[in-house]
Amino acid sequence: MANSSDAAAGVADSGRVSLIYDPKVRSYFFQALTVIVVVYILYTGVTNAVDNLARAGIASGFGFFGDRAGFDIGQTLIHYTNDSTYFTAFMVGLTNTLLVAAIGIFFATIIGFVVGLARLSKNYLVQKLATVYVETLRNIPLLLQLLFWYKAVLAVLPSPRGAHALFGDSVFLNNRGLYLPRAIGEEGSGLVWIALLVGLAMWVVIGMWSRKRQMETGQQFPVFLTGLGLTIALPLIAFIITGAPFVVDYARLEGFNMVGGRVIQPEFMALILGISLYTASFIAEIVRAGILAVSHGQTEAAFALGLRPNHTSRLVIVPQAMRVIIPPLTSQYLNLTKNSSLAVAIGYPDLVAVFGGTVLNQTGQAVEVISITMLVYLTISLLTSSFMNWFNSRVALVER
Amino acid sequence: MDNQKESIAFLRAANAPTMPPPVSDRGVIGWLRANLFASPRDSVLSILVLLLLVWVVPPIFKWAVTNAVWNGTSRDDCIGPEVGACWAFVKAKFGQFIYGRYPIEERWRVNLTGLLLIIGLVPIAMPTVPYKRENAVYLLIVFPILAFILLTGQLGLEPVETSRWGGLLVTLVVAIVGIVVSFPLGILLALGRRSEMPVIKMFSIIFIEFWRGVPLITVLFMSSVMLPLFLPADVSFDKLLRALIGVALFSSAYMAEVIRGGLQAIPKGQYEAANAMGLTFWQGTRLVTMPQALTLVIPGIVNTFIGLFKDTSLVLIIGLFDLLGIVQQNMTDPNWISPVTPATGFVFAAFVFFIFCFGMSRYSAYMERRLDTGHKR
Repeated sequence: MANSSDAAAGVADSGRVSLIYDPKVRSYFFQALTVIVVVYILYTGVTNAVDNLARAGIASGFGFFGDRAGFDIGQTLIHYTNDSTYFTAFMVGLTNTLLVAAIGIFFATIIGFVVGLARLSKNYLVQKLATVYVETLRNIPLLLQLLFWYKAVLAVLPSPRGAHALFGDSVFLNNRGLYLPRAIGEEGSGLVWIALLVGLAMWVVIGMWSRKRQMETGQQFPVFLTGLGLTIALPLIAFIITGAPFVVDYARLEGFNMVGGRVIQPEFMALILGISLYTASFIAEIVRAGILAVSHGQTEAAFALGLRPNHTSRLVIVPQAMRVIIPPLTSQYLNLTKNSSLAVAIGYPDLVAVFGGTVLNQTGQAVEVISITMLVYLTISLLTSSFMNWFNSRVALVER
Repeated sequence: MDNQKESIAFLRAANAPTMPPPVSDRGVIGWLRANLFASPRDSVLSILVLLLLVWVVPPIFKWAVTNAVWNGTSRDDCIGPEVGACWAFVKAKFGQFIYGRYPIEERWRVNLTGLLLIIGLVPIAMPTVPYKRENAVYLLIVFPILAFILLTGQLGLEPVETSRWGGLLVTLVVAIVGIVVSFPLGILLALGRRSEMPVIKMFSIIFIEFWRGVPLITVLFMSSVMLPLFLPADVSFDKLLRALIGVALFSSAYMAEVIRGGLQAIPKGQYEAANAMGLTFWQGTRLVTMPQALTLVIPGIVNTFIGLFKDTSLVLIIGLFDLLGIVQQNMTDPNWISPVTPATGFVFAAFVFFIFCFGMSRYSAYMERRLDTGHKR
């Protein structure tokens, strides 16, 4: 503002307002001021951090990524031992987070849609049950629900000796986790997987072809049944041709513990149960709102055109409801992903627990570790929202 | 004429008596037919749900009421084969659950603060009570100062360190500070994001999207581990204050988006009218657009508050004892440890959270109905 007085005098004779009141000048001034304040804050913060780190003798930089981690992780998707590097530990945490997010989104979507439709049911009991579900679960903090599942439900299950056996001694549930049988592939099992992939690919191709044909000729094709049939039949044929190349490994009790099979750890179960049931209560409300947003005239119009009820909902109601549902659904998916970080409270080795917890404690490099953790979540958020925006723009009906 | 009259065989002079609807359409049977057994599919569903209820409800009732231990002094009363909830545990620890380790003789200060809060909150929540502006000033400025004096112990009161605070007190302090700080910050950020100045707009967008993109846990980790590094060496905050800073910044981003929604919902004519009246930007915002925007988004603000209230439970991860934290800590008390203690404690905490959140969501729904003018665009 140093130039304001002489500038004001200069403009006075030209008959215009003084520069102090010129919106453009003011806008530049305030923007410059903001930049200065932000830069000052950042500068002070960084210099303080450098001083403090130097005083505490903490190394900085990302060199620690190559060091030996030296701790064990309970559940790993990629190869990891305590001899692996911090970077591998980071990747283990990241993949675990992504795994929980993907499975959580899958279950939350299914439960959410079912409950959302149930809330619209004309059946009194079904509707009230769904309402009680939604109102209870979304008004209780997620962390409390996670701890409840983990400490009050799964931790008090019997020990391996008294495990609950389900489906005739093939599935066991005890306080060490859920034990499922595991299929071990032998020679020729690769062909079965290939057949499965081929089946799925053909499903997609048939879907595209049928859509194109319907656009041109108006004829419909039973895509779902054909696709499903192919995806089941092809691997089945391969399975029979190669002579059943799988051995099923059942869990069994040996001494005090269970061996064999595939074990799903209680931390993972609690986390999946907690986040999917919690998020489902929000998705249910979104689905309900989306369907209510389609005006009743649409249903009547569809009936007047002679569409049957299930065609009405599939071809008329759902596409229009999706338009309303998808944007808030996206933010619920993002919330679920972010909420999976609560895993740290029950000891599931996700990104925050492994990287922001153990690695941070061992290296002491708080700035780097926390920045990376935040950056990862930020990236996931931005990627998901841009993907969903793209998907939304495809689903959105083009008006007029 | 007479002949004609006589030729009419029958002329009804009074209405036929109104008959009740058929038995199958009224009363209990009618209700059942309409609501439970309208179609074969409905009937199957109803029976399945009934079976589910019969399977689930009696055990829960037995656990929570008939088999529960209501009075007792230690874990011995809560151990046994068929024992349900150990409410004696909650009874014995109730004071801690509410006040944490706040000194017993000073608890009146917490109660007084609560009373001061209710005095401000009740009239502002009722739409018909006048003096909203004065009330808001009391809640946003006067009350926080009084609460600070009372709770921390200024002006000759016995000082109480924040490390002794706990339970519902900490939950409410974190949630209320979060909302009170995030409110003005959120307004500024919302205005900044709608601003025509590119630099300010960019800073606002970056700020909002950053905080909305990361989980609250990492924010709390950041404020507890990273924040001290960015401050001069001789400045140190206590743990609660660090958590409060994290929560406030986090929630101000969410608040900004809610308020921005309100600002966008106001017709452009209102902005133009304010300009045409010769009001400056701040005058127009203060007198014309912001009051309308805020009224519109009251439900959104309440919903943000509900979310924040639930999220306060996360502070237990950085070692503060909010309601959930203190309940969890007391579960490991050797005097009370038993197989049913965790479930009892969690159910109690869940109940408290539920009461608060459900109450607020009912209020938000009520305001939504009140604000719904019936003409949508």
